[in-house]
Amino acid sequence: MAKIQVKTKINGEETEFLCQPYDTVLDVLRRDLNMTGTKEVCSTGDCGACSITMDGRLVCSCLVLAAETEDKNIETIEGMAKNGNFNVLQKTFLEHAALQCGICTPGMLVAAKSLLEKNTNPTETEIRYWLAGNLCRCTGYDKIVKAVQAAAEEIRENA
Amino acid sequence: MNEMDNKWIGKNTIRPDGADKVTGRAEYAADTIMPGMIWGKVLRSPHPHATIKSINTKKAEELDGVFSVATSADCVDFPVDTPVILGIQDIRWMARNVLAKEKVLFHGHPIAAVAARTEEIAEKACELIEVEYDIHPWAIEIDDALKPDAPILHDFIKFDGKPSNIAGTLEHKKGDIEEGFKEADIIIEREFETAAVHQGYLETHACLVSVSPDDRTIIWSSSQGQFMVRAMTSFITGIPQSSIRAIPAEIGGGFGGKTIVYLEPVATILSKKSGRPVKMVMTREEVMRASGPTSGSKSKVKIGAKNNGEITAAQGTFYLQAGAFPGAPIRGAAGCCLAPYDIPNAHTLGYDVVSNRSKVAAYRAPGAPIGAYAVECVLDEVAEALKMCPLEFRLKNAAKEGTKAVHGPTYPVMGYVETLEACLSHPHYKAPLKKLQGRGYASGFWFNAGGESSAQVNITEDGNVVVTTGHPDIGGSRASIANITAELLGIDVNRVSVLIGDTATIGFSNLTGGSRVLFASALVVTESTNQVIDILKDRASKIWNIEKEAIEWENGEARPAGDNAGKFKPLSLVELAEQATPTGGPIGAGHQVNTVGAEGGFATHICDVEVDIELGIARVIRYTAAQDVGKAIHPAYVEGQLQGGVVQGIGWALNEEYIYNKEGKLDNPGFLDYRIPVCSDLPMIDTILVEVPNPQHPQGVRGVGEVPIVPPLSAIANAIYNAIGTRFYSLPMSPPKVLEKISD
Repeated sequence: MAKIQVKTKINGEETEFLCQPYDTVLDVLRRDLNMTGTKEVCSTGDCGACSITMDGRLVCSCLVLAAETEDKNIETIEGMAKNGNFNVLQKTFLEHAALQCGICTPGMLVAAKSLLEKNTNPTETEIRYWLAGNLCRCTGYDKIVKAVQAAAEEIRENA
Repeated sequence: MNEMDNKWIGKNTIRPDGADKVTGRAEYAADTIMPGMIWGKVLRSPHPHATIKSINTKKAEELDGVFSVATSADCVDFPVDTPVILGIQDIRWMARNVLAKEKVLFHGHPIAAVAARTEEIAEKACELIEVEYDIHPWAIEIDDALKPDAPILHDFIKFDGKPSNIAGTLEHKKGDIEEGFKEADIIIEREFETAAVHQGYLETHACLVSVSPDDRTIIWSSSQGQFMVRAMTSFITGIPQSSIRAIPAEIGGGFGGKTIVYLEPVATILSKKSGRPVKMVMTREEVMRASGPTSGSKSKVKIGAKNNGEITAAQGTFYLQAGAFPGAPIRGAAGCCLAPYDIPNAHTLGYDVVSNRSKVAAYRAPGAPIGAYAVECVLDEVAEALKMCPLEFRLKNAAKEGTKAVHGPTYPVMGYVETLEACLSHPHYKAPLKKLQGRGYASGFWFNAGGESSAQVNITEDGNVVVTTGHPDIGGSRASIANITAELLGIDVNRVSVLIGDTATIGFSNLTGGSRVLFASALVVTESTNQVIDILKDRASKIWNIEKEAIEWENGEARPAGDNAGKFKPLSLVELAEQATPTGGPIGAGHQVNTVGAEGGFATHICDVEVDIELGIARVIRYTAAQDVGKAIHPAYVEGQLQGGVVQGIGWALNEEYIYNKEGKLDNPGFLDYRIPVCSDLPMIDTILVEVPNPQHPQGVRGVGEVPIVPPLSAIANAIYNAIGTRFYSLPMSPPKVLEKISD
């Protein structure tokens, strides 16, 4: 089968790759571009570990075909820290011990960032429902919710 | 050490592996690559029970892009009649679980594997492997496996002299059980069932293995023990341990489920036969079908008490699924279930039952939640019949220092009573409840473990510290070890780097499991660090030309003491490191030992639920977990262990279950239908860290990871009863079951 040539932007960088028609964005990120920060956990859209944003919209990269990213803006965990500085969520996750094994963390951070871009003052319930698609088996979510609340507060204070 | 002066122990420092994990830089097993790497896939059994008559791999081998094929014929042969024990595993079963030999024993059982240029080619080649089966009837549930005419999985397993699916029993006795029940004013006996549940670690099993022509083998994999990976791979492949270097990748959750191998020996054989590095990554479906889970169970518990609240006798019988091979965690069920109580007459008995399910693996306090669920639910009924507060009832019968436990030991200093008192004085205990809301209580115990650990503490040339231990970090142990090392050396925690060594760079260290890691590694790290401090004093003594004994180590520097006090300017760690070469060479020390003195852990939980009687949904709305944690070296990660364990228990109680269809196949092998708790299901999980230090540990550490999953099953069942007046004797208490029972 002839491969498809795709031109896209990943974390602000022009990127070109070849993919099979059935390859997902997750396949290409991890296998072909060696961007393994985005995690593969279920491959069926049930866990959120492979969360990325495409043109600002939060998606599971295992459910988007790689060929669909033509001319799109992709943001992954690798683009979250800017110029060697943590994003506020990365900082509050560390400060609040909001990770244990860390395999859900990239997806959780990408999803939480997407929430705070829309709403800098979410209630606990809003945070819990926004993150309901991101599974974590280690933490019981308590410290994750608190880290998101702390990041939101910091964003509001600096607004 | 005066605790009040602690600078780092008890502080919530930033974890050493944190930055890598929040940026996506952390390398898990599936994140590694090698030049020339090819992909392995596994052919799995389509039948739950069948004899393998033949396997023909010719067509697969001939497919373009295929490099090698593996079957059990490539493994070392372990006859079924000779046990080969490694820790709590038997390599006879492990080998046959990794690649089926005489029989396939569950749907999804690995039969063969292929390594090919791409995963797609490897999958296609698997389909070309021809297997001839003699299909047998199967048994999935315990009752089916125990019927007189049940299909027998293993002909050589005998019980009462006859072929049986009961692979073993374990029993604890204390006092005279019959006399005990005679003394009772009230006796309650109930039967319970729990479904098999999976550990649910998010990272699927994965490895990358490279074998050179002289058999030198490098394994990158995600496991709870690189030394376990080395040993099991060595047994199954015949490659000596000295030729295998097992490198621990970051582990994306294990909870006990990664204490055995699935892929590593297979990838090793495929790499050896192909001469290429082989990567294997399980899909989620493969994880659900063929790894873990923990046992489903049936049990019967009878408890008698006097009208004054004194328990006179307790009896428990527990049947636990082992899956395809012997090894159900009956010790956890029969041994932990009565451990919180001082009961004069008791008898517990566990049965290890094989059936055509995937072989069970350890899951957080293996077996203990099953035993505690039955006992703690009956205790709730006894307390109700006696019109006593469930916590006061437990307090009256609580085990203390000096109590002889039903499972054997006489307890040393321990903090069970303190967890009950902490709950009784917590605001949660008296908080008002609304209609259809209820409150439940339960306690729990886990043995905790010691075992072999090794550590090396090296001072770098610039006067900082690198600590290497041999245990994969699954809950934040590196952060705690950094705290302890910084405290002992009197330096800033950021000057301490903590690494997990591979099997070639650190001495043997047993698995990360049994809540043993911080207990054991803190012991060897403390000893190593104290040796380093001794060396540093020795170096200062050479520089000052005074006796080593006349030097003290304080706040990160050597100081002249006693008669010499004030005579010399103190020498800092940095200054001593700079002068390491002329004063005797590199500064470092290691220690390795079989650690003992890990004392048990106790917890008491309070849980509030609200039941939606139209939808049958029981929702946890408030939760407080009190636990004797010994000493919290890093309180936030101790809380994290409690919160995570509680939420796994909530999943077990309310939703999670392995559902088999009529063909003997798992029907819900993914996170859509196997529903683990999500963020919107839960409230915050409050914790009370009760600190009764373990006197046998330099920092007072007790294991904390397993206990928190023990009480939730019954705490929730008791809360649901309190809310709607209906008792449930079967888990999970999922919406269909709750609805059915309410409508009765």
